[in-house]
Amino acid sequence: MLDAMPVLLKGLQMTVLITIISLAIALVIGLVFGLFSISKNKLLRGISTVYVNIIRGTPILVQILYIYIGIPAVTDIRFSAFTAGIIVISINAGAYLVEIFRAGINSIDKGQMEAGRTLGFSYGETMRIIILPQAVKRMLPAFVNQFIVSIKDTSLLSVIGIAELTMSGQSIYSANFRAFEILTVVGILYFIIIYALTLVSRWLERRMDVS
Amino acid sequence: MIKIENLKKSFGKLEVLKDINAEVERQEVVCVIGPSGSGKSTFLRCINRLEDPTGGSIYIEETDITDPKNNINKMRQKLGMVFQQFNLFPHMTVLENITAAPKRLKKKSQEEAEEIGMQLLKKVGLAEKAKVYPDNLSGGQKQRAAIARALAMEPSIMLFDEPTSALDPEMVGGVLEVMKDLAKEGMTMVIVTHEMGFAREVADRVIFMDGGYIVEEGKPEEIFDNPQHERTQAFLSQVL
Repeated sequence: MLDAMPVLLKGLQMTVLITIISLAIALVIGLVFGLFSISKNKLLRGISTVYVNIIRGTPILVQILYIYIGIPAVTDIRFSAFTAGIIVISINAGAYLVEIFRAGINSIDKGQMEAGRTLGFSYGETMRIIILPQAVKRMLPAFVNQFIVSIKDTSLLSVIGIAELTMSGQSIYSANFRAFEILTVVGILYFIIIYALTLVSRWLERRMDVS
Repeated sequence: MIKIENLKKSFGKLEVLKDINAEVERQEVVCVIGPSGSGKSTFLRCINRLEDPTGGSIYIEETDITDPKNNINKMRQKLGMVFQQFNLFPHMTVLENITAAPKRLKKKSQEEAEEIGMQLLKKVGLAEKAKVYPDNLSGGQKQRAAIARALAMEPSIMLFDEPTSALDPEMVGGVLEVMKDLAKEGMTMVIVTHEMGFAREVADRVIFMDGGYIVEEGKPEEIFDNPQHERTQAFLSQVL
């Protein structure tokens, strides 16, 4: 059992790495397309809607296979499994974050935008200085929820051979046949990082409440 | 100072402002009165283009603000605005509310901005509330803080959109006092209000609006004591 730990921890490391990189990208995607979705420009709104609907309307497993196997089958574009994994988790989480950003920004009273604009701030400055700081605070629980979903989604990347936590577990028990023990440890490791994230988010929420 | 020509504004099929022509002189205090739905708030919000006019022109110190070529953000710095619902920024202290714009838009240093901020807070009687968040202020205090925030950009014109309508009666006086002081200092002001006593006392000119038109305008005593138009008479008999 102990022999398995280094491999599992390596897998955990991969899971965390992919999650962090992907969520950083997803936050940018979510913010940009979230702003598109509330813009006055019909084209931008349309792009955002199509993106969100396609991603939400298809299973993430299909998206993984599509990027890693589907696209290379008809084009010269090839991704490493790692890159493909990050692309899929990013655009998948990004689509859900678009909705979170849209709802969060819309929840701020429109008088805030008007007050910012009448002082002479541009739309972008008002967003950055006045609207987003208030909106992000309200979005925090939804963010954390999506982060947790995304961490768990990375386990599906095992199908394209990324040695993340689940894949690492599979490779061990297929050699030593201790599936029960190994999968229990795998489950516990997922639980620990997700629970740690939950605690961090509660702490963050408390801290933001003070200000 | 402000010149408005043939201003029209529609929301979809609803025509709120039909044909507004008006002028405001430097240092003049103009009160806009009229029944709800008469278009007076929309009229005020067109002056700083919070609402985009459907037609007509608005000149602020000779510059047409309806012309898309003119930088609206720069123009708005000359136009302070105070809202019925205060619209203070809840994530900033009172002082931060006031210093945010001068620091970023006028490139004032932190110290300089805070010094101006504290002076303004003293002026509106809120110096001891500088470090407090807006949620901890009463309605009247919020509105006075909002006035200080608008003044921090050193506007040449102040627009007030029913500044006392959301306040408890005992809070109204303090806000009106601050506005009277401003008027005495020679600030150019356009005030949409239901406070007829205040309008009579402070306004240089009163504009009565109804149905998207300016029905009648004149000195306060003319409008209040001797209204010419029957709609003005009907409105005043209801509110006075």
